[in-house]
Amino acid sequence: MIEARGLTKRYGRQTAVSGLDFRVEPGRVTGFLGPNGAGKSTTMRMILGLDLPSSGSVTVNGRRYRGMVWPLHEIGALLDARAVHPGRSAYNHLHSLAAANGIPRDRVDVVLEQVGLAAVARKRVGGFSLGMSQRLGIAGALLGDPGILLFDEPVNGLDPDGILWIRTLMRSLAAEGRTVLVSSHLMSETALTADHLLVIGEGRLLADMPLDELIARDATDRVEVRAVDHHRLAGELRTLGGEVTLRPDGTLLVVGVESAAIGELAAARGHVLHQLRDVTSSLEEAYFRLTEGSVVYRAPVPA
Amino acid sequence: MNAHLVRTAAEGRRHGPRARLRATARSEWVKLWSVRSAPAVLGATAVVIVLGALVLCSGYRSGWASMSASERAAFDPASTSLRGIEPAQLFVGALGVLAVTGEYGTGLIRTTLAATPQRAQVLVVKGLVLGAVVWAVTTASSFGAFALGQHLLTGPVPHAELEDPGVLRAVLGGGLYLTLIALFGTALGALSRSTPLGLAALFGVLLVLPLMVGLLPSGLADGILPYLPGEAGSQVWHVMPPSPHSLGPWQGFSLFALDVVVSAGAVLTLTRKRDV
Repeated sequence: MIEARGLTKRYGRQTAVSGLDFRVEPGRVTGFLGPNGAGKSTTMRMILGLDLPSSGSVTVNGRRYRGMVWPLHEIGALLDARAVHPGRSAYNHLHSLAAANGIPRDRVDVVLEQVGLAAVARKRVGGFSLGMSQRLGIAGALLGDPGILLFDEPVNGLDPDGILWIRTLMRSLAAEGRTVLVSSHLMSETALTADHLLVIGEGRLLADMPLDELIARDATDRVEVRAVDHHRLAGELRTLGGEVTLRPDGTLLVVGVESAAIGELAAARGHVLHQLRDVTSSLEEAYFRLTEGSVVYRAPVPA
Repeated sequence: MNAHLVRTAAEGRRHGPRARLRATARSEWVKLWSVRSAPAVLGATAVVIVLGALVLCSGYRSGWASMSASERAAFDPASTSLRGIEPAQLFVGALGVLAVTGEYGTGLIRTTLAATPQRAQVLVVKGLVLGAVVWAVTTASSFGAFALGQHLLTGPVPHAELEDPGVLRAVLGGGLYLTLIALFGTALGALSRSTPLGLAALFGVLLVLPLMVGLLPSGLADGILPYLPGEAGSQVWHVMPPSPHSLGPWQGFSLFALDVVVSAGAVLTLTRKRDV
């Protein structure tokens, strides 16, 4: 289990992470979701004792990482797939890690087989594709057969086969009772793997709840209508008790009136409709609404 | 379960601080030998040291007749055969810098320190493993260079025997000096965390600093020069002091060792607090 209490990191005057409180529980995949620059990697580095918190604390199995003697047996992490010496072979990279934690050498062959790199084990990693490097990083995380796994953006650079592979791997690791924390800025990907979500934006925790609950909480049924005379239709829908928003492109967004009722009303009043569509809430929308105010790197919207 | 068996089998190896130290040393040993740069640079170092003896000592046979009496009196056959150390120090120093900055440059240091959170131990053991290898290679090369050099110094040119006073110390001193240079490079690499900065600092101290001090008025230069790290440390592989102002062999070596200890101390103090 990973537990953060008031975890805060400041770089000079910039606050990267601010007062995070959360617990990452075993037996499920926890998605760590947020836009780029939201503080996900900083948080992961603090979990691993690489960056020191400015205040607050984070513990792994109840202990601070810096005090652990053989950490790879408890927690394995993939931070940056490119963080390898390009001149070293995949086998030797893992061998040096195994040696550092008293892990028997035959585990190296086991994890290389597990991630599908056995055939290129003796090749220099400088020639690896990003996808192969990701697999090597995952092999390193699995080396000590740890109960906790941390993956920072693991699907980056993977082809569809690789993405499916890691999705299955993370689910099976959680099913074995392990704690799995996986960060991503891709909500669609996270929706397919995570059971539980931690959403952060601008270094603050925005949500800490099961995936279903986050979507359900946001699930208001809305109907999208395009009509030739949208101003008249909007007025008529409002008299039916609907809450109507007029978008700049002329589309009406209706809450509180079902699509069937809108269709009947339109037919009765002689409206010409170009579109009538139910909008169901998705994680993506819930995520956008949560992080709306907190996107750090946003491209200027052309006027 | 299979995973469980793996765990219990490994448990036996993981007891106590000595096991931790052994594991760190084994990991650094694997890292050192699994990239081409270390064996290549160590090989080049051995070649340069021995080649230095070949080039310098064979020149004296023809040049001896034209040397003045004072030059002949100051001739140090042992250290002449060891002067390949001067270029070789740049190799082993750079190897020390790169042993650390290579990990920072790629980001591998995060993986290393996640596996072994005992940062001070990682850096100290890294230095010691490299130092031991550099010591073995350069000590053997120094003996090789000495043997070759003395073999080439024939006829009217005097040569040295290992039994002569100070000669064995000088030959052993070659390996000791280069080992300290490698450790000094490791410390500079850990302080700068950047290959260009670390190399600039190393070459600055070993090459540029003596040149700049040499530009000062001679009274002042003579007072400072003997205390510079390279100059002080080099006395240990000389039998005759190169200048009347030179420190004694062990005096100079101890001063250089102190420089290395102070820079290592700075590294260990900073490493505790710095983010990686």
